[in-house]
Amino acid sequence: MSLAISTPGATQQNWLEKLGAGHIILGTALVLYPLVASDFFLTQIGGYSLIFGMLGLSLMLLAGYGGMVSLAQITVAGISAYAIAILGNNNSNVLGFGWPWWLAVPFAVLAAALASALIGWISVRTEGIYTIMITLAIATATYYFAQQNYAIFNGHSGYAGIRAPAFWGISWRDAKPFYYLCLGLAVLSYAAVLYGSRSTFGMTLQAIRDNPRRMRALGYHVTAHKVFAWLLAGVIAGLAGVLLVWFNGRVSPGTIGVDAAIDVLIIAVIGGIRHPIGPFLGALVVVLMQTFAIDIVGAERFNTLIGMVFLVIVFVSPDGILGLWGRIKPHLAQEALRPGP
Amino acid sequence: MTESLAANRLQSTGAYALELDGVARHFGALVALSGINMRIAAGERRAVLGSNGAGKTTLFNAVTGDFMPTAGRIRFFGEDITDLPPHERIRRGLRRTYQISQLFKGLSVLDSIFLACRGVSRRRFSLLRPATSDVNMVQAESILNAVHLEAYRDTLVATLSHGQQRQLEIALALAGAPRFILFDEPAAGLSPTERRDLVAILNALPRHIGYIIIEHDLDVALRVSEYVSMMHNGRLFKEGTPQEIEADPEVQEIYLGGKHG
Ligand SMILES: Nc1ncnc2c1ncn2[C@@H]1O[C@H](COP(=O)(O)OP(=O)(O)O)[C@@H](O)[C@H]1O
Ligand SMILES: [Mg+2]
Repeated sequence: MSLAISTPGATQQNWLEKLGAGHIILGTALVLYPLVASDFFLTQIGGYSLIFGMLGLSLMLLAGYGGMVSLAQITVAGISAYAIAILGNNNSNVLGFGWPWWLAVPFAVLAAALASALIGWISVRTEGIYTIMITLAIATATYYFAQQNYAIFNGHSGYAGIRAPAFWGISWRDAKPFYYLCLGLAVLSYAAVLYGSRSTFGMTLQAIRDNPRRMRALGYHVTAHKVFAWLLAGVIAGLAGVLLVWFNGRVSPGTIGVDAAIDVLIIAVIGGIRHPIGPFLGALVVVLMQTFAIDIVGAERFNTLIGMVFLVIVFVSPDGILGLWGRIKPHLAQEALRPGP
Repeated sequence: MTESLAANRLQSTGAYALELDGVARHFGALVALSGINMRIAAGERRAVLGSNGAGKTTLFNAVTGDFMPTAGRIRFFGEDITDLPPHERIRRGLRRTYQISQLFKGLSVLDSIFLACRGVSRRRFSLLRPATSDVNMVQAESILNAVHLEAYRDTLVATLSHGQQRQLEIALALAGAPRFILFDEPAAGLSPTERRDLVAILNALPRHIGYIIIEHDLDVALRVSEYVSMMHNGRLFKEGTPQEIEADPEVQEIYLGGKHG
């Protein structure tokens, strides 16, 4: 507990504020990445990390700024993924309205945002552990409903044959375009959250996290602001859901299962929820581990490994990888300042 | 003298900032507040005294809606606010401070005061960053100066000293054109210098702003209020000028003599 308090936000903000150069370097590296990466590294590592980073980001927004830990972000993403399958084309011979992507995508994201707001509206009456429990209940209920409902969700097989569209003369299913599509939306979401964190709404949300009672005594409708945060988080998770269904080409109850819900939580916690870059770091670590650790430690020990890494990071740094960096950085600076022998 | 003054108050048709009729609050079997009748004229400055557990904070909670009263009606500038949620009462010009500071640990001092100014403005829901020229930012800066926290403008609230946190408590209550403020023991735990600053801040408030201040120290109460109400066991049992209260034998026996909290 003392670890969490020992890194005051002020010093953290200082090095994060100076991250201007860091942003440029990171951005350049991400744009140039396709020059060196194979198709596998572009999509399975790059694209997939960016998608799960966005999911982690939508959780970070709620948990880091709003103090609301949700296990239902994958559910929200699933709603937009299902919406894409239903409104657009699929080869499961169920529904599939054949809408063009430019109509289906906004509707899917809107549906996700509204569903998220609804989940938020239900869960903002609770606090702390109870928010986790109620969102877990919602996620689980949605999973079972999707599995048993054939009229809309097509049961346990879900929908397959969903393809990323081709437009502007580009087939967005191809590795490079798809990577840039993920990168573009991830950067957009990241920048929006970063900007928003210092907006009136962002400060309001953080103040509500710190002291809802005082916010009421300053004239704020606390519930309305919290539900609005869920709506915004739903937009990000909804966009991630669209990318996810295009990435997988399919969506089924397995996409929105409890293990996926917990993956999102692990990503956010491993990366850190104090800054919007955290979930992307966490996503990269988890995706790399999911991809390569299986080869090294074997499938049966894989979950143990993820669990151990999770425990170690949480134990060493409650603020995740971000927190580690925040604590190493001052030492590096001191080394640099030290005069030579 | 006291009687006629009190009678005048009750009969006056002038605007009351606050009117309480039979306000009560129970916590389970505990009667924290009962049968509170109170009239406070607009612009009046009132001190409430009483030993620990007398129900003073509960009275504030009932007025602001932090804890709804279990019985009675509350009117604010003539409007019945009994059934309004806290934020609606605040938007009508009511403010309060807390006995135990209720602040935003993760925010800077200026941002906290900015939010206090924004909370009662129409642009609460903005997704944009406030410019330094933003009207609420400018207000926040001037309140920052009024409570002598200008040196801590960008300091994280969590790192402020106790005295500074108490000053910020007051700053939050001064934001956004208040009409009436409830101060819950603002002087508690302050050094003599900080107390003097507090008295100066209260006396510098525009005359139209009335307040109730909960204050144990009669010296402070005397300097910042015209009239004193005594509470005991959840009831109001005496009203008078600070001098009258100080001289009252019953008050001395119950309050000043014994358990001074
Ligand atoms: N939230 C609460 N739950 C239960 N009892 C409370 C609560 N708040 C206050 N009380 C009780 O109500 C009585 C009055 O408390 P309070 O108004 O805080 O007194 P004062 O501010 O005059 O010291 C006390 O006996 C206190 O224990
Ligand atoms: Mg009290």
